[in-house]
Amino acid sequence: MPEPRSGGARDLVATMTGFARTLRAAGVGADHQRTQGFLTALGHLDVAAERDVYWAGRLTLCAGPDDLARYDRCFAAYFAGERPRPGRSRTTVTVTRLVAEPYGSRGQEEAGEQSAVPATASEIEVLRNRDVARMTAAEREQVNRMLALLRGVRERRGSRRFTPAHSGVLDSHRTVREAIRRGGEPARLRMRTHRDRPRRVVMLVDVSGSMAPYADTLLRFAHALVRAEPRATEVFSAGTRLTRITAELRHRDPDVAMLAVSRAIPDWNGGTRLGEEIKALLRLADPRGATVVIASDGWERGSPEILGAQMARLSRLAHRVVWVNPHKGDPAYRPLTAGIMAALPYITDFVAGHSLAAFEDLAALLAAGTRGSARTGRRSHA
Amino acid sequence: MLGGTTKASDIDSPATVAELLARHDYLADEGLATAAFLALRMGRPLFLEGEAGVGKTELAKTLSAVLGAPLIRLQCYEGLDAAQALYDWDFARQLLHLKAAEATGVTDVRALEGEIYDRRFLIARPLLQALETQPSVLLVDEIDRADDEFEAFLLEVLSDFTISIPELGTISAATPPVVVVTSNRTREVHDALKRRCLYHWLEHPGFEREVAILLRRLPECTERLATEVARTAGLLRAADLVKPPGIAETLDWTEALLTLGATDFDPGLAAATLGAVLKHREDQELVRRDGILLAGAATGAGGGMATGAGAARGEAGRRA
Repeated sequence: MPEPRSGGARDLVATMTGFARTLRAAGVGADHQRTQGFLTALGHLDVAAERDVYWAGRLTLCAGPDDLARYDRCFAAYFAGERPRPGRSRTTVTVTRLVAEPYGSRGQEEAGEQSAVPATASEIEVLRNRDVARMTAAEREQVNRMLALLRGVRERRGSRRFTPAHSGVLDSHRTVREAIRRGGEPARLRMRTHRDRPRRVVMLVDVSGSMAPYADTLLRFAHALVRAEPRATEVFSAGTRLTRITAELRHRDPDVAMLAVSRAIPDWNGGTRLGEEIKALLRLADPRGATVVIASDGWERGSPEILGAQMARLSRLAHRVVWVNPHKGDPAYRPLTAGIMAALPYITDFVAGHSLAAFEDLAALLAAGTRGSARTGRRSHA
Repeated sequence: MLGGTTKASDIDSPATVAELLARHDYLADEGLATAAFLALRMGRPLFLEGEAGVGKTELAKTLSAVLGAPLIRLQCYEGLDAAQALYDWDFARQLLHLKAAEATGVTDVRALEGEIYDRRFLIARPLLQALETQPSVLLVDEIDRADDEFEAFLLEVLSDFTISIPELGTISAATPPVVVVTSNRTREVHDALKRRCLYHWLEHPGFEREVAILLRRLPECTERLATEVARTAGLLRAADLVKPPGIAETLDWTEALLTLGATDFDPGLAAATLGAVLKHREDQELVRRDGILLAGAATGAGGGMATGAGAARGEAGRRA
């Protein structure tokens, strides 16, 4: 710890904790414990030297490469005399922006479909099969509530970790330990077997303009997945860049999580370069053995060749690749965009993602790990 | 002996750390030197993240050489458990001891119990070894490969550098080992663990540093070859590759070129040894198609030192 000094030391502590506060306001997780570490580090360095202060802060207050650019900006601004303004000055993106009115010509169809709803069917059944892009705000709220209740049961896979069991292979450790307890007589043989654990899911949600009517629902589905298996789920948003949003989705309340996500994603409603995003995904999240879920309509702004090449790599690494396309729910839909055609050969399951029923099917697919599809090389998890 | 060994307490500034590391042929930049300095002074683990091949593991090895402390390495993998990472009882020997005692007619059960759970029947795995060896450098390599169960007990050990063994009591380190944790970031490591550590993100070295590293590590390498290899490496990193080469790959490549008797960067030899630096077929194809090797050699011949990695990168950017 820095030794107690006169008024100067107190000023120093105030200045440095102020800096940590600035970082927190900018979204760096510079919490109390880290700030303590920062002050301790400064005690070992020269507080008058700018580089020393810079590195002391960067080493103790940052937690990942995403923090570094923010740190640099804050450092430059704060030590040039700027102070954090009280309160939140940023305009927050409200989630309602995502669930905007249905777009394009579908507006007219909506009225027709609503009147065609059979009066006998229960409200829920109707909602379950309706395209979320054509819903009213109230219906959407109902669907959101049901999505939050979705049970994200996950397919199990074998792990390298052992657990005691009644049958399996001999657990020599426990057997001998027990024998020692009984004076060296191996009275009972103890067995062990490989424990199973949930299969990891890596989900990529396209938040580009063409996906805007579905992005909110998809992210809520992702939230249900994260809530069910927080340690075996990774979620990224794909717009003009790839953003890891798993941490934001960990919050229990779906609305709070959505708000956090809307703040974290810098590139709503832009274009997508899926090939590039998948390439980044291959680097950021190890897809080995995971089920990779890509939610996109395949409107690729980049080159389809790149997308095809990256999908090929992805399919070689991942356990299975599930592509969720909101438009697949439309019986007239044909996968004809260049992007989806390039990706199609490498997709294990090509599924719809436009209605609650479609999401329930997707959840069932992730729970069972199979849809009776072509790929059968799945290991049983015994 | 070049420099010999140094006690952690004698190191008084990041510059000293950089100098000591340099004596053992590890050229650290300001950030890494400060990180290592603070890790030594604050007794905190150093959490190093970065692409594969930027010198994370090498730093731990060099620190161990600088401090003259043995390097204890724990390679992480899925399913790594306490019996592999902390300690294990040597059951076979315990059993033998028990049988021997029985044969000689020992009847004092309590004494026998004490004997069986004695330190000599305990097998120390890396984490316990590191606490018992002083001084030592503990390298927890590629923690992102382990699972959360392992993170949980690593956190426990790194929080107060003690391990409690139910049958034996608590073992703690008088002076905690220097700990280096590395991650390739294929998985987000839990924040609680990172919070215990000093966090440093390692970048690929800049052009000048890379030249300096090549010359330092490979004494027979000419300055011209080092300059041209480093420049080509810069071009390769700027190109759109599946796996951009790290400093480890550049060193391998230069060594391969030297083995073939190169004194400057010959595109033909470079193409023949491309497998030392690029390990993906797609990458090799892309490099051959775009003529990056020729570009590396050409700028080398024309520009000399002045072009620098920045200019080389800009050029690659335009081509892409």
